[in-house]
Amino acid sequence: MTTPVKAQAAVTPQAFKSDYKPVWCPGCGDFSVLSSITKAFALLALQPENIAIVSGIGCSSRIPAYTTCYGFHGVHGRALPAATGLKLARPELTVVAAGGDGDGYSIGGNHFLHACRRNVDMTYVVMDNHVYGMTKGQPSPTTEPDWDSKLSPGGTGMRAFNPLVIALAAGANFIARGFAGDPNTTATLIAEAISAPGFSFVEVLSPCVTFRPEQREWKQMVRPAPVQSTDDPGRAARRLMTDDGMNVGVLYKGSRAAYRTAIAKAQRRPAELEEEFKI
Amino acid sequence: MSPARKPIRRGAAVAKKPAKKAGRKAPPATSARRAQLKVVPAAVAAHSAPPIKDVEGLMAYAYALEAEASERYNEFADVMETHNNREVAELFRKLARIENIHAEHILEEMGWTSPPPPPAGGWRWESVEGPETADFTDLHYLMQPYHALQIALHNEKRAEAFFRDLVQRAPSGKVRTAAKEMAAEEAEHVQLVEEWLKRTPEPESDWAHDPDPPRWSD
Repeated sequence: MTTPVKAQAAVTPQAFKSDYKPVWCPGCGDFSVLSSITKAFALLALQPENIAIVSGIGCSSRIPAYTTCYGFHGVHGRALPAATGLKLARPELTVVAAGGDGDGYSIGGNHFLHACRRNVDMTYVVMDNHVYGMTKGQPSPTTEPDWDSKLSPGGTGMRAFNPLVIALAAGANFIARGFAGDPNTTATLIAEAISAPGFSFVEVLSPCVTFRPEQREWKQMVRPAPVQSTDDPGRAARRLMTDDGMNVGVLYKGSRAAYRTAIAKAQRRPAELEEEFKI
Repeated sequence: MSPARKPIRRGAAVAKKPAKKAGRKAPPATSARRAQLKVVPAAVAAHSAPPIKDVEGLMAYAYALEAEASERYNEFADVMETHNNREVAELFRKLARIENIHAEHILEEMGWTSPPPPPAGGWRWESVEGPETADFTDLHYLMQPYHALQIALHNEKRAEAFFRDLVQRAPSGKVRTAAKEMAAEEAEHVQLVEEWLKRTPEPESDWAHDPDPPRWSD
């Protein structure tokens, strides 16, 4: 992994927080995820100027503004392609893409698949609250089929998307699940994800206390994954297929080498690149 | 946020006396500090009892406990300012300052020039966060000072229980003595917050009623 783990000047989590105050609802899980991300950076002794956080649209996608790192608050569902381009152009940066379940699995669903497949060395943190919060509570891809609300009377009747299984099948090299109510553990998960080579995917259960108040119960429902993480995709697939969505921890850690561009491999000089474009 | 929902339990911290002297050695070692991330199996390390071996280790944990609490109260103050609940924002800011003073006193009393660094894998608590760290889900945009003080009271009680538990598990007499002193201080804070609560008006039963709720479908 290109992410430098160094012991230079101590940086506290606070150093990664900007002066902008989050506008999330009181009680929102995203506060804790922001805290986890900044703690992870501090744990890895990273420097804000060596990190870029890229997001799409949604409550959680506001996160780049709340940090002192470089940030790009982009187009709905397009965090991953922007982050991919950035990482390929500036491989020395630690690139973290962040967003919600609607942004990542619906509007950006196709990009999610191909980001896993490409295995570019970056980390994707999804704050999953099973609802579109910013637009007032419509069902998202991870919403339970029987979630009854005024905007989806009787529930959608549609099977919920299983992002961890999809990520594994599509080729993500590191898959973990965290819980916003446990920011310290989530920080270690994110730190491990950043340290792992290739595309790392961390799904964080992040309650939406406004539109899904019942998610306050997640605190009583989550548990440490009962098994150690595996590097065997077959075993991981079986676990994830039978997982009830409440097991927290690293669930798969593969050994696939991160994608590198031909340009990076060849280390070509600008003059050589110019040659390529000569008519 | 659903206006009908009430958050909150808990209460507030108050002026603590400086932490009593418990030794004057350097902070726990850590030159290697963040040099290598040794990730402990997730969701396990965070919920185990702190591995405290000596007085320095105890005070490092005490510092982390206060610093984390201060940070969280500041975050709460930010949330309340964003939602224009200035009175409660000011109270949380005050609580953050108090906890920060406690943390600074620990540094001073220990003769440490900088905060003790976290051990490899981070701080370990018996719950998901430090015993004096409030939970984000306790907030409500219409909450009142009484609620904020309830949160602080709950945290001070948990901190007292944390140190009392350490008294039982102390590996040496010195650690036991230091843990007893910390527990006594926290007990004093509990009392102070309780007194503060008595001076604070209780909220009306409809305190969470919002005639123009953010959630239109309610």
